[in-house]
Amino acid sequence: MSANPSNLKYTKSHEWVRVEADGTLTVGITDHAQEALGDLVFIELPAVGKELTAGTEAAVVESVKAAADVYAPVSGVVCAVNSAVVDAPESLNADAWSAWLFKLQPADAAAVDALLDADAYQQVVDAA
Amino acid sequence: MTKETVLNAVHRASGAKMVDFGGWDMPVNYGSQIDEHHKVRRDAGMFDVSHMCAVDLAGEGCRAYLARLIANDIGKLKQQGKALYSAMLNESGGVIDDLIVYYLDDTHYRMVINAGTADKDLAWMNACREAWGSAVSITPRRDLAMIAVQGPQARQKTLAAFHELAAAAELKPFFGVQIGDVFVASTGYTGEDGFEIALPAERAAAAWNALVAAGVAPCGLGARDTLRLEAGMNLYGQDMDENVSPLDAGLGWTVDLAGERDFVGRAALLAQGQRQQFLGLVLEDRGVLRAHQKVFCAAGEGEITSGTFSPTLERSIALARLPLGVALGETVEVDIRGKRLAARVVKPVFARKGKSLI
Repeated sequence: MSANPSNLKYTKSHEWVRVEADGTLTVGITDHAQEALGDLVFIELPAVGKELTAGTEAAVVESVKAAADVYAPVSGVVCAVNSAVVDAPESLNADAWSAWLFKLQPADAAAVDALLDADAYQQVVDAA
Repeated sequence: MTKETVLNAVHRASGAKMVDFGGWDMPVNYGSQIDEHHKVRRDAGMFDVSHMCAVDLAGEGCRAYLARLIANDIGKLKQQGKALYSAMLNESGGVIDDLIVYYLDDTHYRMVINAGTADKDLAWMNACREAWGSAVSITPRRDLAMIAVQGPQARQKTLAAFHELAAAAELKPFFGVQIGDVFVASTGYTGEDGFEIALPAERAAAAWNALVAAGVAPCGLGARDTLRLEAGMNLYGQDMDENVSPLDAGLGWTVDLAGERDFVGRAALLAQGQRQQFLGLVLEDRGVLRAHQKVFCAAGEGEITSGTFSPTLERSIALARLPLGVALGETVEVDIRGKRLAARVVKPVFARKGKSLI
């Protein structure tokens, strides 16, 4: 497993968030999450334009073993989705940090500050 | 207290991800479970199945006892070494367990029963023995470890690793043979050729490592589940249990109602008849079928009992209990998280011998 990049923010529910230069947020699931799920075979992403509330279901990732919800890390509107990962779910197992799921235009640009940093997220993983 | 097989340390040393399975700490995968699945369909893989329980029956009354204990007819076993798959039923016709029994000789039989059900099975078998005044002895063999080597290259690689097992080379399907202190059977749970090997527990780690050296890939319970589901083989506790009749769980072919043989559960099965049918589903859309999802058919509602993504077919498949009247080829709808997706009804066998049957 690879270390949690320090330039990302994290949630307790194992999403990672990257703040882009234009203020949008790119969201994926962590390497720990893909490792725990095992071989991914199906990914369902939200529609572009969908309004999401922080902590509610945004996407679904399914491995051979199980289905898991992906939650919106903050409130916002979906402004892009990664359809390449839908066509190749296994790419998320290969590199969880580059296989993003969707981008959000956050309702409140400061909301991301309240998310976990890499060390705090590692503590969540270690405590599980 | 979680139980461990004698190979537990070997699994952990090779980086297996371990999970609780019926009270046993077992490897679910060693890396990619899809790679492990393909290894078995295309080459050779192996599973630690030491959590399952071999039970030896001995005595003059074995055949009479088994004729009454299990739903399939032990009388079908005419050749020494031949194996029989059967359900063991309660008086209401529910499935206590599914098992394989090997005919070793007229006074010796070996059964292999499931891990999670072993204690209740043995209690039931002993209670039946008492009630029927049978003198047969019932001995669980926890001193044995079991390794299933499966795949088109399984026999060849096993025999290359163990020259002393050469006599097993010509074993016809569904037979077992005792060679020294090793019992080798041409049975399995994957839809591929191969061996199930029972050997003294203290020799299991060396045997496992010799098989790795011969090119047999360690595979976890994850791949075991997708392989058995593709092969259309039932999993106890999921596809059937004590509240499900074998006739409703696709096991009618293992229930022998011919003649007058009075086995436990016979009267209940005759009274109930078949009430549902056990069929396969192939999902037409993207998504993954899972156990307990509801199935909507023209003839009524059914339920998925096992579902997964099939690595061989590269789409989702399932086993389901559906109403009588549903026909093969029919399109039905499955409720997946509130959405209804189309699935096609097929025979409950999806892939065997490396090939898709869909």
